[in-house]
Amino acid sequence: MNGSGEARTMPAVATRPALRELLTGNEAIARGAFEAGVHLATGYPGTPSTEIVEALARFPEVRVQWSVNEKVALDTALGAALGGAKALCAMKHVGLNVAADTLMTAAYTGVGGALVVVSADDPGMHSSQNEQDNRFYARFAGIPMLEPADAEEARRFTRWAFELSARYDVPVLLRTTTRISHTRSVVTPEEREEAPPAGFVPDPAKYVMLPAHARGRHPVVLERLARLRADGDPRCAVVEPGDPAVGVVTSGVVYHYVREVLPRASVLKLNLTHPLPLEVVRAFAAGVQRLLVVEELEPFLEEELRAAGLAVEGKVFWPRVGELTPALVRAGFARAGVLPESSPPPPVQVMPRPPVLCPGCPHVLPLLALRKLGATICGDIGCYTLAALPPLGAMDTCVAMGCSIGMAAGLAASGHRGPVAAVIGDSTFLHAGIPALLDAVYNRARIVVLILNNGTTAMTGGQPHPGTGRDVRGEAAPAADLAALCRALGAGLVVTVDPYDLGGTYRAVEEAVAFDGVAVLITNRPCVEAPVKIRDIPYFVVPEACIACQLCMNLGCPAITWGNGWYEGRPRVTIEESQCTGCTVCAQLCPTDAIRPVTARASQR
Amino acid sequence: MSASSILIVGVGGQGVLLASDLLAAVCLGAGLDVKKSEVHGMAQRGGIVVSHVRFGPSVHSPLVEEGQADALVALEWAEALRWSAFLRPGGALFVDPAQIVPPAACGDRRTWTSRYPPLEPPSTGGQGPQLRLIPAQALAKAAGVARAANVVLLGALSTRLDFPAAAWEEAIRRLVPAAVVEANLRAFVAGRKADPLPLPLPAPRVAPGGERRFAVAVVSAWCKGCDICVRLCPEGCLRLDSLGVVRVTAPQRCTGCRLCELLCPDFAITVREEGGTVVV
Repeated sequence: MNGSGEARTMPAVATRPALRELLTGNEAIARGAFEAGVHLATGYPGTPSTEIVEALARFPEVRVQWSVNEKVALDTALGAALGGAKALCAMKHVGLNVAADTLMTAAYTGVGGALVVVSADDPGMHSSQNEQDNRFYARFAGIPMLEPADAEEARRFTRWAFELSARYDVPVLLRTTTRISHTRSVVTPEEREEAPPAGFVPDPAKYVMLPAHARGRHPVVLERLARLRADGDPRCAVVEPGDPAVGVVTSGVVYHYVREVLPRASVLKLNLTHPLPLEVVRAFAAGVQRLLVVEELEPFLEEELRAAGLAVEGKVFWPRVGELTPALVRAGFARAGVLPESSPPPPVQVMPRPPVLCPGCPHVLPLLALRKLGATICGDIGCYTLAALPPLGAMDTCVAMGCSIGMAAGLAASGHRGPVAAVIGDSTFLHAGIPALLDAVYNRARIVVLILNNGTTAMTGGQPHPGTGRDVRGEAAPAADLAALCRALGAGLVVTVDPYDLGGTYRAVEEAVAFDGVAVLITNRPCVEAPVKIRDIPYFVVPEACIACQLCMNLGCPAITWGNGWYEGRPRVTIEESQCTGCTVCAQLCPTDAIRPVTARASQR
Repeated sequence: MSASSILIVGVGGQGVLLASDLLAAVCLGAGLDVKKSEVHGMAQRGGIVVSHVRFGPSVHSPLVEEGQADALVALEWAEALRWSAFLRPGGALFVDPAQIVPPAACGDRRTWTSRYPPLEPPSTGGQGPQLRLIPAQALAKAAGVARAANVVLLGALSTRLDFPAAAWEEAIRRLVPAAVVEANLRAFVAGRKADPLPLPLPAPRVAPGGERRFAVAVVSAWCKGCDICVRLCPEGCLRLDSLGVVRVTAPQRCTGCRLCELLCPDFAITVREEGGTVVV
């Protein structure tokens, strides 16, 4: 900046643009895996992890695939690893809950080749239903965990994770957070190490987890952890000596916040955060007068250090909820008496701007119809969760992937009065909805199942899935037929609905609500944003025809807003033409035919 | 603490991320350390988008701390206000007075007051920001690409940074889709040369005073239960009872739009403003 002076120092820094790249943490993980010679990468889309698999798909040397869910993704990666391959499996934090069954026992079997599991956590819940701290999975499963702090570390630690996995015959958890996954920083890429998979070596005592075999493997897990703790690799923990009055133990992106607000402190940056290299920590603690742990979410490091007999302070000064920021780290040091109290500028109060369903979203109308017919709506994970907000207010529950159908069946079985509907997207239905629909049919539930089939995984940016007929690289793949699948599962009524047809949608929802059994409605309009942007002739409001009844405002369409005109004391509406996709739903709804295509404007005047 | 900090903010779809990609590319090309942080996902759905860009000889935190941004570039008015607390005293605020009014701001059906903030400049503590009001959307349209308001604002920002214009142009050529490179270059130059709009800003839309209440009356003997009013009432005030006759179940929600009265084939419904006068 002018006036601040530091911009003058620019020419002093060597410029090697060809050797430096700006990558996100996710792209850097992909780069690191590529360099490590990864053969197979799997995953299921989920913010903030999605771009890892997408970035890997740009390397033709690697076999990359979207799996139907995280468990199948990890099963596939484990199978490849047992075949002697180097495999990577990426998912968001809650995805690891789905894959946990495999993970826990993969710690027993070991991996043959190499297996790196990436968990992208979401402190602060930027795009998640909870902010569980997946570091506990490393402790739970008894496997090593690496935590990078920026993109260059993400690249190097991914390579290191493959090394550790191969050397210790163990799945390695690479944990990032939203702030690392989605921050671009400078990376220095290197060449790929290429070696073919070593092949599968049958070893039933290691790979067939009968109780008798598994009893032999549990001690291996513990003995392996002891060896990892004493690994001695200088990368495991980095000591940055400074003022001995305060020693700060930290890891991940929080390390950078600590360096920013407390540049002169002694810092121990932990890179291998499970099992902890306790000898290094003890030596560091011995050299400082006071030991503070700064970490996001749970007191994971703090409790381990306390259990090891060290006097530490942490969560007494820093919050256990939400994402940390430099300001929060500073405030914690102030509470600890390390920094003077400072008062940050008060936040400016401005109306909220929550994310909303896009103009032209095909999810809106069937949800509105369900609401209008008085259905209680068990929702699921996807864009349509946004319908919970006003004015749609068309969602009563949302818990986890695939929960909608089972919860709707349970709610209906509880004696709930009135119709009960499950609302689930196509990708989520294939992920975890199929067993739930089968269960609802088997147990004679009386529910409506609305499958919002927009032909993509929209919430995460439009990834293909087994119903789309495309693979991760956009090439043709077998496509599942959702209607045939639902019929095969035994649903009594299966109807396809055009969600842009007001009357047709309403009548179909009415029929489904009246049906005695499991009624499945499947919509058939694609997402207007991904993978292809769909734009038809936009609509406009004839101002003098609008009676300001607000029916169209009930759609919550971001393209429709209050204009400057008034009718009987209520604001007339207007359509922002650059945002309108021409879906026609508001025009069908308008009782005074005030909403017309812009092509009709000329003839109207 | 030698890094510079810039915040680029706006609404999903406005091009905040491209703008911060361009800035970061220019910094990288100058041999600096750069970190650029934003959150994807839900924020794209018409929600708030904020990108933190920090650069200098060495950068630790990817996040700008409140009260420490050297510049705030806002593609939308309300977002400029929302993030203004991040500006350091005397920091520069480049803002397009363009307004994107979210549906959530138009939710008050009693007083019809929009929650969109008025066009009054923010104050940050003692020393206010150096406010530069740039008609970016209009300049972008004139340059040939309405969506290039982000690049217009970068042009305005570039006058405050020590990177050569050629570095910005090179970044635009590399990162902007080929078909709109020339228009974006024109937009960048337009932003560099833009004269800020004078204050004060245009007055906001004024809502009519007072809250009104309405009474809905149904002549049951004339109602045949056709359901038209029930389906169409925007506020869900009406229901069919077990005999198939319309009942007013939520009169407090009535806004007096009279759709039910206008559409009833049997003239069985009337809406009156409470106090006695018929709404005409």
